[in-house]
Amino acid sequence: MSTETAKPPLSAKKPPAKRRPAKVESSWSIMDRIGLGLAWAAGISLCVVAGLIVVYMAYKGIQYVSWDMITSAPEASLDQSATGGFLDPILGTLLLTTIGIVIAIPIGVAVAVWLTEYGRPSGLARAVESGVEIVAGTPSIVLAIFGLLIFQQTFMGLFSFTAEGGAVFGRSFIAAGAMMSIVALPMIIGSTREALMSIPRHVREASYALGKDKATTIRRVLLPSARSGIATGATLGMGRIAGDTAIVVILLGASMTISPEGSGPFGLLKGTGSTLTSYVYNNSPAGEGNAPEKAYAAAFVLLLIVIVLNALVGLIGRRNKPQWN
Amino acid sequence: MELKQEPHNGSAPAGAAVPPLRRIVIEAETAPIHVGDRIIDQEAFPDPADGALIDQEAESAWVEQRMRTEALSIAYGGKVAVNEVSLEVNSGEVLALIGPSGCGKTTLLRSLNRLVELTPAARRTGRIMLDGESVDEFDVTHLRSRVGMLFQQPNPFPMSIFDNVAYGLRERGSKRPRKKELEPIVVDALERAGLWDEVSKNLNHPALALSGGQQQRLCIARSLAVSPEVLLLDEPCSALDPISTAIIEETIVGLRSEVAIVIVTHNLQQASRVADRVAFMYLGDMVECGAAGQVFGAPLAERTKEYIGGGFG
Repeated sequence: MSTETAKPPLSAKKPPAKRRPAKVESSWSIMDRIGLGLAWAAGISLCVVAGLIVVYMAYKGIQYVSWDMITSAPEASLDQSATGGFLDPILGTLLLTTIGIVIAIPIGVAVAVWLTEYGRPSGLARAVESGVEIVAGTPSIVLAIFGLLIFQQTFMGLFSFTAEGGAVFGRSFIAAGAMMSIVALPMIIGSTREALMSIPRHVREASYALGKDKATTIRRVLLPSARSGIATGATLGMGRIAGDTAIVVILLGASMTISPEGSGPFGLLKGTGSTLTSYVYNNSPAGEGNAPEKAYAAAFVLLLIVIVLNALVGLIGRRNKPQWN
Repeated sequence: MELKQEPHNGSAPAGAAVPPLRRIVIEAETAPIHVGDRIIDQEAFPDPADGALIDQEAESAWVEQRMRTEALSIAYGGKVAVNEVSLEVNSGEVLALIGPSGCGKTTLLRSLNRLVELTPAARRTGRIMLDGESVDEFDVTHLRSRVGMLFQQPNPFPMSIFDNVAYGLRERGSKRPRKKELEPIVVDALERAGLWDEVSKNLNHPALALSGGQQQRLCIARSLAVSPEVLLLDEPCSALDPISTAIIEETIVGLRSEVAIVIVTHNLQQASRVADRVAFMYLGDMVECGAAGQVFGAPLAERTKEYIGGGFG
């Protein structure tokens, strides 16, 4: 009696959930099973690497970071204990990211709209596409050098400090932000295009069928539908900007603090500064500061910013995305 | 109740070709029409011809020609999709376009509001008239606000229910009408589409949160808000469940007194339920066009007979 009543729930619950997949795999060839094992290993090791980075940086960062460090400006001093914190680099990162993304969003969205909704002549569309790919594949150090070349031209003198002899410095928040926008551009174009292409054709036609022209359809239906895609691309781009070092080192000037060039907001944009990446570089044993604990603390803050941005990407991507059948 | 479409091989017994449903719809003209589990009372129709749904002579007294195609041909590249079709679209009645897949029904429908021009390879010859004027004379946006369209998939825009219905009314000129001015039109359109009772309390909710059937009725309301003279329906129920289908059909039948309706459908039962006139197309040709009772009951052409037989039997 007791064995009879105990058995059915056990056998009814377990086999469909667990044994069936094992049976399927046991019939696989040895190569397939090795392949499956490697796929598992690859996935898990990636998680391990990511976890190690975060845990190590958190361990080192929390050890050294302090409220004081985040809220005080860097000071030039030979005494390590008197070199201050990294408030300016944090502000610099935020400012530079904002400038870069503000320039990149309209251009990126415009390119994506043109590619998906117009894209004619097709030769030009292909050229634009490969242009985007080339920009995406260009190392940021190359963009930085190129940017310096442009912003050192005399007619670009408006955007940075001009020395008495007329030589243009070419390094400023504007110069770095403009080049940073190019770093973010491919992300925005890519994810906006994807969002636009996922809108079914009949949704566009429904707008046309109500007597709307293409411009109205793009402005009132397509762009609002692609909003989450645009936001995803923008956030990814912000992550790229916040994490880029080469453009900052070359184009933002070498000052540790934010040093406006003249008064007002435009003076700030014309001025030089630093970001968390350049701060980490300058303080790490690789740079000249040789203050690894400050580098760790700043790197931890930077990592937090990037992780928050990535979390936002996931959040935005899941919400507000219109779903048609 | 979906009837299976059996392969037609001509060997079906003659008696089996006429299912009871068709008899109800076509022969018992004054009986209520069963639409799913609902009953549409024919007396409720604003029909001067004593509630007779398919009485051509009586109807011709009050139907009015809205659109007309004259020897209309449309080709995609070298492939002819619609071949020399002449057709009338009248207000006060529902015209159903039926025929096998790829016969050109949808192309014909999309040509009426010039949506077919969005396909770069499409070439058109012949004339399409709206109220005696060639559609080419119209500004295309103006034409489309007079000839509305509903699609296979419900496709509300990602905005609120109110904004969806108001979409067609806004940005017509440089001045953007205020919400207060639009409200009566939006409410009226939702009422005519039979959706008002369900959404009256949440006009600001996102339209995409509605069910599929509600979304499709919202799309009807969206089209009605710009007061079109002709409404083109491209298999409007193909993505919907039977109950939503029945409600949409009821809405269509209710609207036929105010707007000329052309419906493309693969569902012959649906055509017999909602249509006053039926046009059968085959490989781009208009094979037969006549009163629904005649086309379904006593088709003239052999092709129509075969198709109807296959569809119903």
